[in-house]
Amino acid sequence: MKWKNNYKLRTIISCLLLLSFFFVSWKVFRHISDGEKISGAPAPLYKGYVLNQKVWEMLRSAKRASKGSGKSLKGKSPRVNGDIGLQAPVDIERYSVEVVSPEKSVLLPLGAFKALPKISTSTEFRCIEGWSEEISYAGARFSEFLSAYSLGKKPDGKYYSYVGLETPDGEYYVSIDMESMLHEQTVLTYEMNEAPLSLENGAPIRLIIPVKYGIKSLKRIGKIIFSDQRPRDYWAEEGYDWYSGL
Amino acid sequence: MTIVREKHHLLLRLSHWLNVPLLTLMIWSGVLIYWAHQPYLTIPDDLGPFELHHRLAEGMAWHFTVMWLLVINGLIYFSYLCFSGEWRELVPHRRIFPDAFRYILFDLKISRTSPEWSGKFNPAQRLAYFSAILLSIGAVISGLAIYKPVTLSFLLTLLGGYEVARFIHFFCMMSLVLFIFLHLIQVARAGWNNFRAMVAGYEMEK
Repeated sequence: MKWKNNYKLRTIISCLLLLSFFFVSWKVFRHISDGEKISGAPAPLYKGYVLNQKVWEMLRSAKRASKGSGKSLKGKSPRVNGDIGLQAPVDIERYSVEVVSPEKSVLLPLGAFKALPKISTSTEFRCIEGWSEEISYAGARFSEFLSAYSLGKKPDGKYYSYVGLETPDGEYYVSIDMESMLHEQTVLTYEMNEAPLSLENGAPIRLIIPVKYGIKSLKRIGKIIFSDQRPRDYWAEEGYDWYSGL
Repeated sequence: MTIVREKHHLLLRLSHWLNVPLLTLMIWSGVLIYWAHQPYLTIPDDLGPFELHHRLAEGMAWHFTVMWLLVINGLIYFSYLCFSGEWRELVPHRRIFPDAFRYILFDLKISRTSPEWSGKFNPAQRLAYFSAILLSIGAVISGLAIYKPVTLSFLLTLLGGYEVARFIHFFCMMSLVLFIFLHLIQVARAGWNNFRAMVAGYEMEK
């Protein structure tokens, strides 16, 4: 009977197609895993990061917020995770932050930050590892810091696209898109949980940016960079998503 | 006389088999992410030939790229169910729980009487496949909530916060793994005619 032979052929072809599909899937996986890397990530997956960044930049609203419950966290020490860039001795009495942009470079003493209106707020602080904890923090809002000292803008009046931050020894460094830096919860912080910053939490001044994973909240700011070329970023070089926005 | 009957449409078979590598990649990369913080189950650094430790970046890179492919595949499957009317084969009827329970007893040869059923799937299959669909939707929603907890804070609020959403995501994944495990056993028990229907599309009845 003819139809039966046709069905047999159909079964054989279908089975062969399925087996080749599995074989090709495995080859594609190996090819992506072992192939060319961009910033430590397999090239196609790096493109996935870029695509995701575009999608989430489109969907994010300036009003997005990561609010904490607001209860007092006095006496609770914030979890310490990572000490890269905090090894060198630090002179808190004579501490200053270098602010660099293509047209000028200034040195700001710690007092310049403490002179700005003090913002106290709380947030859920999220680590890229998967844990999170509530923290309260106080300091100068980054956007107010920019307007008070006329920083972050190009001669044409537009903001630079990126902000880079580095520890004084340059061992840890991040870069962040300007929109996220201008977010109202982004604070140049000198107090956490109602106490002055401890050395291991980044004394005398650190960044807290709750719209990003904790890897972006650089401790002990030694240098602030404004640029249209994305400054270097420690974890993005290791295959992590540069955007890391929440 | 042997009757040949078309059972699974080509689109359905394509999306079924695409699920195999895509879901495997999602579960594997999810475990690499889970390794970095393990609140529910402690997992070893190495699982047989699989090295799980210190691969968070790699896990995230795969997870957040493959998720698009898996969601697109899921949408193709849902569109097929809607337009073909085959969703009727999957949506549970009123007596699904007792019927599924009785069918399982029958299948395990504990009971001799099978509940009455019609259509492509027996009551136990209907319940299992429908649950798998719900779990997939749950995994996507809870996954989005923990992936972008600030941008999609409404999802986080809906689910009851970061910790709850993370647990739901983990629970959906583990349940899907259990589903796949039982599914493989049942496919092996059902035999070639049933398996061939998912590969070549037709089944034969004597």
